[in-house]
Amino acid sequence: MSSTEEFDVTIPSDTAKGREVQEQIVGGMESRGYAPRDVFGVRLALEEALVNAIKHGNKMDPDKVVNVKWEIDEVHVRVVIEDQGEGFTVCDVPDPTDEENLDKPGGRGIMLMRSFMSVVEYNESGNRLTLEKRTDVESDDD
Amino acid sequence: MSAGHRRLDIEESGDVTIAKFVDKKILDEGNIQIIGNQLFALVEDEGRSKIVLDFSNVEYLSSAALGKLITMDKKVKAAKGKLRLCTVRPDIYEVFAITKLNKLFDMRDNLEQALEGM
Repeated sequence: MSSTEEFDVTIPSDTAKGREVQEQIVGGMESRGYAPRDVFGVRLALEEALVNAIKHGNKMDPDKVVNVKWEIDEVHVRVVIEDQGEGFTVCDVPDPTDEENLDKPGGRGIMLMRSFMSVVEYNESGNRLTLEKRTDVESDDD
Repeated sequence: MSAGHRRLDIEESGDVTIAKFVDKKILDEGNIQIIGNQLFALVEDEGRSKIVLDFSNVEYLSSAALGKLITMDKKVKAAKGKLRLCTVRPDIYEVFAITKLNKLFDMRDNLEQALEGM
């Protein structure tokens, strides 16, 4: 049993920098022996979340930054991504799986995050996202 | 210079065009833009209407890439053509299934099946 490691990184509004952070987090999972499927899901969720923060949140503004904090151990990885944008209302994002929206782009990123992560939570203003993957969760509460 | 940016390997089988993604990861915005343009050119510039997209190299793809595939599907349908996807890894197939895009696209297990009755 090793202890939880914590990281705190602030990056400019640049998706290449976002991908570097993504690699760091995913690399930490791989070195701790997470299952490939979990690594795949977290990588995908981080890609969507970081692109959202940089493109939709900060609107690629070079004067704005994205803060990424994460903690990781053998059974869980928890990532908090905060941008300096105006935020958004999650409920306003259309359901991409509705028949009428099926052939429209948009909304799929959040849906993929929800599907692959154990926890996906936005703060009220919508500019801070918490993502968590747990491999030790049981289906029943407590 | 432009050859270095080719993101699709193109082959022909009769009147069917097989476009195979070169990249393992279809994530980068610029890359997705180039892939989209190269896909759309198959229909719009080259007039190809029967197209199979081969995903055998693809290990990751983001929702931005799904957006391009949806647009491609629309363009092929508008040209009264056929678009099929094949050799999609289970992980990636799950991405299509979660977003219910497996209902929108005609997805086949392998290239042989994708070419059948095309």
